[in-house]
Amino acid sequence: MDAKDILGLPKTPLSVPPEKKSQPKKDSQRKPDGISREVYALTGGLAPLMPSIDSSYLKKRPPSDEKITWQWLPFTNSARKDTLQLYHWVRVVNGVPPTGDYSFAKYNKSIEVTKYTDEEYAKHLTDPSWTKQETDQLFDLCEQFDLRFVIIADRFPSSRTMEELKDRYYSVCRSILLARASSPADVSGHPLVKENYNASQEKERKRALSMVLSQTKQQEKKDAEVLAEAKKIAESRMAAKGVEESVMPATENEFPETTIDHNDTLVSLSNVRLAPVAAPPSTLVIADTSSTLASLRMLPVYLRTYALEQMVQQASSSAGLRTIKRVEQTLQDLGINLKPRVPTKAVCAEHLELRKEILTLLNLQKQLQYKEAEGSSLREGTTYSEMPGTPKRQVRDHDRTFIPDAMSFGGERGGRKDPKRKGPGRVSETPSSPANKRPRKMKASDL
Amino acid sequence: MTNSSSPKKNEQDQPETSGPVLKSLKTKLSKPEDAEKKILSKKFKDVEISVPIVYGNIAFWLGKKANEYQSHKWTVYVRGATNEDTRRVIKKVVFQLHSSFNNPTRVVESPPFELSEQGWGEFEIAITLHFHSDVCEKPLSLYHQLKLYPEDESTSLSIKKPVVVESYDEIVFPEPSESFLARVQNHPAVNVPRLPVGLTFPTPVEDPSERKRGDTKDHPLSQWFTNFSEADELLQLAAARQQVQTHIAKLRRQITVIEGQQQQLKPSSDQ
Repeated sequence: MDAKDILGLPKTPLSVPPEKKSQPKKDSQRKPDGISREVYALTGGLAPLMPSIDSSYLKKRPPSDEKITWQWLPFTNSARKDTLQLYHWVRVVNGVPPTGDYSFAKYNKSIEVTKYTDEEYAKHLTDPSWTKQETDQLFDLCEQFDLRFVIIADRFPSSRTMEELKDRYYSVCRSILLARASSPADVSGHPLVKENYNASQEKERKRALSMVLSQTKQQEKKDAEVLAEAKKIAESRMAAKGVEESVMPATENEFPETTIDHNDTLVSLSNVRLAPVAAPPSTLVIADTSSTLASLRMLPVYLRTYALEQMVQQASSSAGLRTIKRVEQTLQDLGINLKPRVPTKAVCAEHLELRKEILTLLNLQKQLQYKEAEGSSLREGTTYSEMPGTPKRQVRDHDRTFIPDAMSFGGERGGRKDPKRKGPGRVSETPSSPANKRPRKMKASDL
Repeated sequence: MTNSSSPKKNEQDQPETSGPVLKSLKTKLSKPEDAEKKILSKKFKDVEISVPIVYGNIAFWLGKKANEYQSHKWTVYVRGATNEDTRRVIKKVVFQLHSSFNNPTRVVESPPFELSEQGWGEFEIAITLHFHSDVCEKPLSLYHQLKLYPEDESTSLSIKKPVVVESYDEIVFPEPSESFLARVQNHPAVNVPRLPVGLTFPTPVEDPSERKRGDTKDHPLSQWFTNFSEADELLQLAAARQQVQTHIAKLRRQITVIEGQQQQLKPSSDQ
């Protein structure tokens, strides 16, 4: 545009842009070129992913300079062993029929079944359970049926399992291969030499496969459950690795069996697995810090923060979720980060100890509350004691030393329940209030 | 690595976790548990090596030069906590970036272990530390959330002041190999506890690869590095523990008082 300005040429008329715009619009709507719109709509109204026949291709066919006729001619098939001559239509170009073999002859592939001489048989292939006659029969059938062992097994005169036939065939081939090879190294790459046929393994594999295939839906569900359980157990065992090492190999050996023996052993297996697992949790509680430390020591490397996490988890393992939340709330009130900012060994140790002490504190508080509730109920001579109500009031008073309300038992809970409890609570609380006055007085003196 | 008898280990473990015992040459703390140190030093193979590191990112806003796809220039890195050279421990660091980056797996084979890029988005970077074969066969992974924008949304973006997010952590090797121990016994980047009496290693030979500086003391970004000091945190923790312990004592007193009272009352409420 600027160039045209400089040159002094007149600018192009504004009509060009709108023209351009309308053209692409029309084009997108009028996509089909050569196919009628209705036919095009049959395809879904969109162009096919693969380039279809170009419309120009359909309309104009330039007359080629070749003269093409179709003739009914005879042909031979090199794949046939006889000399049968059949006829078919042939595309003749300019009077010259096509040359070359029948186009489908190349697909006649056959398997090369090794053939052994009698000498070789005597030397390498004798086997106690197989007569020469049988082996010969087997090889004949193999050749006849292109190593399709299902058919061969069916056709074999004496009843032999497919695995036996395969075993015999492959071992014979292998021996021949090794015998004919100039040196063992030459054939070491051959699959027969590298991975020999294993009849027993095959039997097991097929049996397992048929079991899996014939599993009912119920069994499938059971299986999935057991596996999920096993996974959970294995994961929970990771922490107690150091202590439970002797149990692990025993149960891990049982594990592969689940895929093979379903029906009877499924139930017994889950029972067996559960039994040893019942032991670890109890020993875990007893072992406490030493097991976590032991498992940490098993790791070649770990981060200090990870170690602290594990120790904290272990320390809080006996506490419920609510207690853990209270510990965290206490830490925050004390101005301590839940995860130390500078987790050195000393800091982590101190942090852990602090957490343990807070746990002790909370437990003591609970203990105190129960004792007080007990005390008040004894005084009244009534067994009815409002646990949530009374301790809440008492604890609030004396906890104001350093933490406002957070330290009270179920502090969050108490706070929340307050508005609800005002009605009925007030009425029922009166009988116990004279009893409360006495313990409260004592606390005041303590302070 | 021979394992000593387990009961003995348990005993030793308690003092290890309960107090500040084995520390680096840098911190100066009072160590009341000297006796425990002596017990530990008698034990063989209970040598724990720790390497304090800091990892994180520093991000500069590009200001006028910023465009939609590259608004910040950031550097993610792993450095020794005291800016000492860590290459005797760390062989290479692999930073796994967001898949939208070209070649998101970036390997850094020599210190400083850092990676600079330009971008606009915040995402989690997986930092994998690979150690020398005599240090540890398995790599260790850290995760860092890349931060470009300041926490406080009201602060205006400045080209001069970057957003810095660093995390302190320590890599712990609970049972180091002898050659590793020999290599780092007096190295400032590594915390090696006092070795048992009689266990000495020959001074390591100067490594030619270390001719080039690998520490981050004079790093161009060092002015933005955070100085992590455990002293403050220890003080805080000690104060908190004091408070809690006092409270525990108080509660215990109260419980005994109440128990005493209940003992008195019991005969009277007999039914």
